Amino acid sequence: MAIEFRHVSKTFPDGTTAVEDFSLSIPSHETTVLVGSSGCGKTTLLRMINRMVDPSSGSILIDGEDISGIPPVGLRRRIGYVMQNSGLLPHRTVADNVATVPMLTGVPKRKAREDALALLDRVGLDRGLAKRYPAQLSGGQQQRVGVARGLAVDPNILLMDEPFGAVDPIVRDELQQELLRLQGSLGKTVVFVTHDIDEAFLLGNQVVILQRGGRVAQVGSPKEILANPANDFVADFIGAKRGKRRLTAEAGASGDEVLLVDAAGYAAGVITAPGGRLELATAGSSPKSRSVSNKTDQAGDA
Amino acid sequence: MDWVWSHAGDLWSLVLTHVGLSVPPIVLGFVISVPLGYWASRSAAARAVLLTLGNVLYTIPSLAFILLVPVVLGFALLDAKNVLVALTVYAIAIMVRSAADAFASVSASVRESAVAQGFSPAQRFLRVELPLAGPVLLAGVRVVSVSTVSLATIGSLAGIDSLGNLFTDGFQRDFAVEIITGIVLVLALAAVFDVVLSLVGRLLLPWSRRTGRGRVRRSAPAAASVSEQVA
Repeated sequence: MAIEFRHVSKTFPDGTTAVEDFSLSIPSHETTVLVGSSGCGKTTLLRMINRMVDPSSGSILIDGEDISGIPPVGLRRRIGYVMQNSGLLPHRTVADNVATVPMLTGVPKRKAREDALALLDRVGLDRGLAKRYPAQLSGGQQQRVGVARGLAVDPNILLMDEPFGAVDPIVRDELQQELLRLQGSLGKTVVFVTHDIDEAFLLGNQVVILQRGGRVAQVGSPKEILANPANDFVADFIGAKRGKRRLTAEAGASGDEVLLVDAAGYAAGVITAPGGRLELATAGSSPKSRSVSNKTDQAGDA
Repeated sequence: MDWVWSHAGDLWSLVLTHVGLSVPPIVLGFVISVPLGYWASRSAAARAVLLTLGNVLYTIPSLAFILLVPVVLGFALLDAKNVLVALTVYAIAIMVRSAADAFASVSASVRESAVAQGFSPAQRFLRVELPLAGPVLLAGVRVVSVSTVSLATIGSLAGIDSLGNLFTDGFQRDFAVEIITGIVLVLALAAVFDVVLSLVGRLLLPWSRRTGRGRVRRSAPAAASVSEQVA
């Protein structure tokens, strides 16, 4: 389920231009993260994929088929959608929320509820929560239910609009790991929107850094972007300029562990350096080093 | 009290007549106000026009209104329909505002989420917006119910039987017991209606009780404290 944006523009009726001449190819079975500050049009782009927003010009294709010809309601039922603040229906129980879309598409109630329980297992929730109402759950639990609901029709495409933006850092870390684990076994085409560059680098196979008006500043794997920021905007956005990612080894650490600090002097992590010599990782295993940068925001996490 | 017991049969039949006079306007007022209120919640222009119209209608003196209905609609002067029409208009005048507020109280993120999941517009209205507007709609109906039960007594001044007969008759005969009996019965009837409505609400809106109130809780700490209370 590859998704392709071709010269897409969107001007809203009030005259604001959210996106201008945006083109992007989103590969299937991978996670693509659209990242940018507020007002860069990332949510608008996401909502174009399930036709909650229709482009003013240009076209969007899913597996080569122009979606402007697909009725929106049917299209949305085939695409999972997870949003910030869960967006769960407050008058339905957890199980019914997860079973919502299958029931809309005519799956018998009993079967839909049974499937919902299995999905709760899948996202790491206790089945005992099935009969609760969303307001009786914590923020993190609500987001897990939101993910379970997004997966309920086993969609090929999963759209996620800042799904972990409103939970505290510790829970966010758990949810991110859970998503990585799920995605590892499911291999959906995930399009994820966030303003958090660390989250983007952690989750994305492909990261798209957006500037105002949906202009693409850089597209690439986290490694490519970190190693070669395309311009000052990207360098600034990923924190290279602030020195957050420029790590230096601190002298005086004990044994074979060397403490790494960023330009501001904050401890960013440790690295193994037997006898004071750094071992360079081979190409295949290097992406793991991303998580080092992540720890700065989540001190006290462990 | 002897008078009350000796007239129990008549009083009971007046109560039933009064129920027959007040229930249809409450039901009709609700059914008509829901779509109008929904419209008012979607469009600022509709809201301005409908709510102003409601206010204006509510200021028409009730007795004059009841006497005006047969002239405008061509019913017979002593037709109970005159009172039914007038009470329905008053019910709508109150209820449209409640309904507009009720639909406006449905959180935008829940509505958006319903769109994103693939609810059709009709499904979204019936399965998401209407139930979520329920608690505020219910509050509105309870006000309408009490007001209609008490307003229906005016019918007696226009020759339509209701519990108001006890007032007119009591005044003419200068007989306080009859008037007080009338007041007590009207209050009791209004209370019974209110209890019935709140029971219906409990039955139809189980989630609003389990979650403390009919609003969506969004902040995690608040939600956590609710779950502790319940658990």
